[in-house]
Amino acid sequence: MAKQYETVIGLEVHVELATKTKIFCGCSTAFGGAPNTHTCPVCTGMPGSLPVLNRQVVNAAMAVGLATNCTITQYCKFDRKNYFYPDNPQNYQISQLYLPICRNGHVDIETSEGKKSVGIHEIHMEEDAGKLIHDEWEDCSLVDYNRSGVPLIEIVSEPDMRSAEEVIAYLEKLRMIVQYLGASDCKLNEGSMRADVNLSVREVGAETFGTRTEMKNLNSFRAITHAIAGERERQIELLESGQQVTQETRRWDDAKEYSYAMRSKEDAQDYRYFPDPDLPPIYISDEWIAQIRDSQPEFREEKMARYKTEFDIPEYDIGIITDSKHLADLFEETVAICGQPKKVSNWLMGETLRLLKEKGMDPEEICFSPENLAKLIGLVDSKAVNSTVAKEVFEVMFAEDMDPEKYVEEKGLKTVNDEGALRKAVEEVIRANPQSVADYRGGKEKAIGFLVGQTMKAMRGKADPGTVNKVLRELL
Amino acid sequence: MDILAYSAVELSAAIKQGTVTAVEAMAAVLSRIDERERDINAYVTMDREQALKAAAAVQEKIEKGELNGVLAGVPVAVKDNLCTEGMRTTCSSKILENFVPTFSAEAVVNLEKAGAVVIGKTNMDEFAMGSTTETSAYGVTRNPWNTDHVPGGSSGGSAAAVAAGECYFALGSDTGGSIRQPASFCGVVGLKPTYGTVSRYGLVAYGSSLDQIGPLTKNVADCAAVLEVIASHDVKDATSINRKEENKDTDFTAALVDDVKGMKIGIPRDYFGEGLDGEVKDAVLAAAKQLAAKGAVVEEFDLSLVAYAIPAYYTIAAAEASSNLERFDGIKYGYRAASFEGLHDMYKKTRSEGFGAEVKRRIMLGSFVLSSGYYDAYYLKALKVKAMIKNAFDDAFAKYDLILGPVAPTTAPKQGESLSDPLKMYLGDIYTISVNLAGLPAISLPCGKDSKGLPIGLQLIADSFQEKKLIQAAYTYEKQ
Repeated sequence: MAKQYETVIGLEVHVELATKTKIFCGCSTAFGGAPNTHTCPVCTGMPGSLPVLNRQVVNAAMAVGLATNCTITQYCKFDRKNYFYPDNPQNYQISQLYLPICRNGHVDIETSEGKKSVGIHEIHMEEDAGKLIHDEWEDCSLVDYNRSGVPLIEIVSEPDMRSAEEVIAYLEKLRMIVQYLGASDCKLNEGSMRADVNLSVREVGAETFGTRTEMKNLNSFRAITHAIAGERERQIELLESGQQVTQETRRWDDAKEYSYAMRSKEDAQDYRYFPDPDLPPIYISDEWIAQIRDSQPEFREEKMARYKTEFDIPEYDIGIITDSKHLADLFEETVAICGQPKKVSNWLMGETLRLLKEKGMDPEEICFSPENLAKLIGLVDSKAVNSTVAKEVFEVMFAEDMDPEKYVEEKGLKTVNDEGALRKAVEEVIRANPQSVADYRGGKEKAIGFLVGQTMKAMRGKADPGTVNKVLRELL
Repeated sequence: MDILAYSAVELSAAIKQGTVTAVEAMAAVLSRIDERERDINAYVTMDREQALKAAAAVQEKIEKGELNGVLAGVPVAVKDNLCTEGMRTTCSSKILENFVPTFSAEAVVNLEKAGAVVIGKTNMDEFAMGSTTETSAYGVTRNPWNTDHVPGGSSGGSAAAVAAGECYFALGSDTGGSIRQPASFCGVVGLKPTYGTVSRYGLVAYGSSLDQIGPLTKNVADCAAVLEVIASHDVKDATSINRKEENKDTDFTAALVDDVKGMKIGIPRDYFGEGLDGEVKDAVLAAAKQLAAKGAVVEEFDLSLVAYAIPAYYTIAAAEASSNLERFDGIKYGYRAASFEGLHDMYKKTRSEGFGAEVKRRIMLGSFVLSSGYYDAYYLKALKVKAMIKNAFDDAFAKYDLILGPVAPTTAPKQGESLSDPLKMYLGDIYTISVNLAGLPAISLPCGKDSKGLPIGLQLIADSFQEKKLIQAAYTYEKQ
C-alpha cells in the first residue's frame, strides 16, 4: 500500500513598513527615485555614522504583534547579523535575534477543511538591504542604497500549516491585518511583502518532523501554490527512492515551475550575532502598549458583524466591501452623508469594482471622495440625471474625483424633466416611426423599447427612460 | 611672551584683547611644525593654506564680536579617526588612504562653532588599535621628550603635538587608555569623559561600547574648557546623554578650584603590585602625599577584579571592532585591491592588503569570540565580567570621591620594542582599561619625570558624571 505523506509548512514573511523614513536614519522610504538619492552616511555605512531608532517602526511592529495576539517583549534589543555582501553597506544587518519584539501569537484562518489557528513564533524588526543591479553590457554590478535601511518586520510562523490552501489563507489574513493597520500595502508582486516557505514531509502519523527546505523567490500566490506542490512531490520522490532530503535553500522559478538549490543550510554562514552596541535596549512600558492597543482600528470580523446589524445589506456585499479597509471606510463615510447603505453598496459593488478590474487597480487606489459619491447618489435620486448618464459621470469621477454636481451643470447633462418638451419629442418619434408604432399597437411589446431608444436619442440621453416609457404609452 | 607658550585659554584671551591674532598663532604653530615634524611625525594630513585661511576668517569674526568663546581663534590638532569634512581622514590605515568624509564629527563641529581652527589630522595606531602609535601605516610618531621613545598610543600624534608645541590642544579618543596613556608618556594632560558625554557621531568606531573622545591639553584649565565645548547631547548618537539639560553638570570650568579638603581618595592596592616600575610608583605615591597635605583623605583599599579587566576588554573591544571594521570592503570607498577574481577574492585581497597586522589580529580575535560555539564562553562571559567590574567601582565610589593610581606600569618604551610581544603590550593597559569597561571618567596629568627624563603620569578616576571632582583635584595638584 502506498504511503501517505503529510506536508508540514512554516512561513517567514517579511513586510516592508510604510513609515515615512527609514528605520535608523531620516532618509525617505519613498519607492522609486534615482539611485542613491534617498541616502545619507548612516544608510550607506560611512565611517563614523551611527544608527538612531525610528519610533514609528516600533509602534508599527507592536501594532502588528497585538493584532496577531502576540506578547510584547517589554525589554528588547537589536542584534547585528554579520555577513559580507555588497547590498549590505556595513556588511552587517541590524536585526533582532535574542529578544524579538513580539512572541507567541496566532492567526485564525478558515479553509475548505474548516477553521484553524496558525501559531506565530515571533515578529522582529530589521533593516532592508540595498538593491543590486547587474549590468550585462558593462559586465559589472551596481548597487543602489535607496532601499538600504527601509524598515522591515519579519513574521515567523510555527510549522502549523499542512496545505497550500492553508498557506494562502494565512497570507491573506496577515495581509488583511497589516493593511487594516495601515502598516504596509503588502504587495507580493512589489516586494512590500515577501514570503519564504519552509517545507518538509513526513508519513501521516509520524511524530517527528522531516528535514525541511526553504524556498525563496515566490512572488505571487500562484507561485506559492505551485512551489508547495512541486517541493512536496520532489521530497516524497527522494524519500521513496531511499534518499534523504538535504536541508537547503531553493529558488523557485515560476515560469519553469521548477526549483533549484541555492545554498546548503548546512554550510550556512555563522552570522556571529551580538547585541548592537550603538543602540540602547528598548523599554516598552505598559502605557505604551495600551496606547497602541487603543489606537487599533476595528478589524474585519468586527466590522462585518457590525455592518450586518447596522446596515441592511447582504452578507455577500459586506464580505466584498470589508475586504479592503479603504473601501470599507469609503462605504461608511458615504453612508454617513447620504444615509443610503444599499445604494452606496450598489455603486461600490457594481461600477467601482468593474472599473478597478478593468484598470487593474487595487481598492486602496480609489481616489474619489465620499462627499462626491454621496452627491452622485443624490443626483440620481432626484432624477436630475438618469442611470446611463450617472454611470458616465461616475467614470469621470473615478478617474478625477471632481464634484459631480458641478460637472453635470457644466456639461449640461441634466435630464430634461420638462413634460412639454418631452411630449413634443415623443410625438416627433411617433410620427417618424410609423412601422414601430404599428407593431406596438399590433401587440409587439418590444417595439416600445425601440421607440424609447429613439426618444432618448432625440433628447440626447437627457431624459428619464421611465418617464419616456410612460408618455409613449399614453400617447399610443 | 612667546606666542607658543600660551595655553589655549590664555591664547584666546590674548586674541580677544588684540595682543595677538589667530593668524599669528596659526603661523607660529606651522613654523614649529616645520621645525620639528621631521623628528616627530605627529601629523598625517595638514593643509597649511587652508589652516591660515580658516584662522583669518575666525580672526575677522572675533574682531566683529561674532565669536567670543574661550577657544575662539585657537589652533587645534584632531586625531585622524575623527571625520573632518573635506579633509582626508585615514585612521592611520592604508585602507582609507584617500578617504575624504562628507561630514565632520560632532565634537569637531562643536569646536569649530566655538572658533577653534583645525590645523590638521594627527597620527595614531591604525584604527586606534595599539599603545605606541607604531602600527600606523604612515610612519611612527616619536616622543618629543626623547625621540628614541614612543609617544604612547593610540592618540600618540595628538599627545606629541601638544607636547612639542605643534598645536595648542588636541582631540584624541580613548577606548582602553588611548588618551590617558600617551598623555602620561608625553607629559601633557588628557581626559576621558564619562561614556555618553561626547557624541561619537563621526568618530570611526573601534569599540563602540567603550569609545569616547576627549581633550589633550597643556594644563587642567584648558582641559576643562575644551571638554565644556565638545560635550553635547547629539540626537545622531543614540548613546549620547543629555547632561546639560538633565544632569546639569557640564559646567566643567566651574570646578577649577584649588581645594581638596575632605576629598576621599582611594589607592587600589592591586595597582601597586608587581610589574609597576619603581620610579613610576614613587612619583604617583608622592603625588598622593601632596594631595593629602592639602587636606585630602588618602587611604589604600582593594579594588579587585583587576586581573580580569584585560581579557574582558580585549574580548569585547575586538568583538565590536571585528564588526565595525567589516564596512571597509573596497566596495564603497577607500582602498580596493588592484587585481582579484570575483567578489570574495576582492574582499579578501582588499582587506588583507589594506589592514595592518595588529588590526587583522584583533579582527580575527573578535570574530572568534563571537563565533557560534564560543559566544557564550567568551563574549557573553566578558560582558558579565564588565558588569562585575562596574559593580566593584560602584562599591569603591560609595566610599571614595576619587581613585588614584598610575596610568601605565612604565614610562614610554623605546621605539620598536613593543610590537613583537603583543600580549605583553596588552598588559600595559592594566590601569586604564577597567575605566572604559565601567564607562567612568578619568584624567591623566604629569607628576614627574623618571631618571631618563621621561614624563610620568598620575591617573585620577571618578564615578560616572563626576568629571568636576577630577578637574578640581587635578587643578589643585597642578597648582603645587
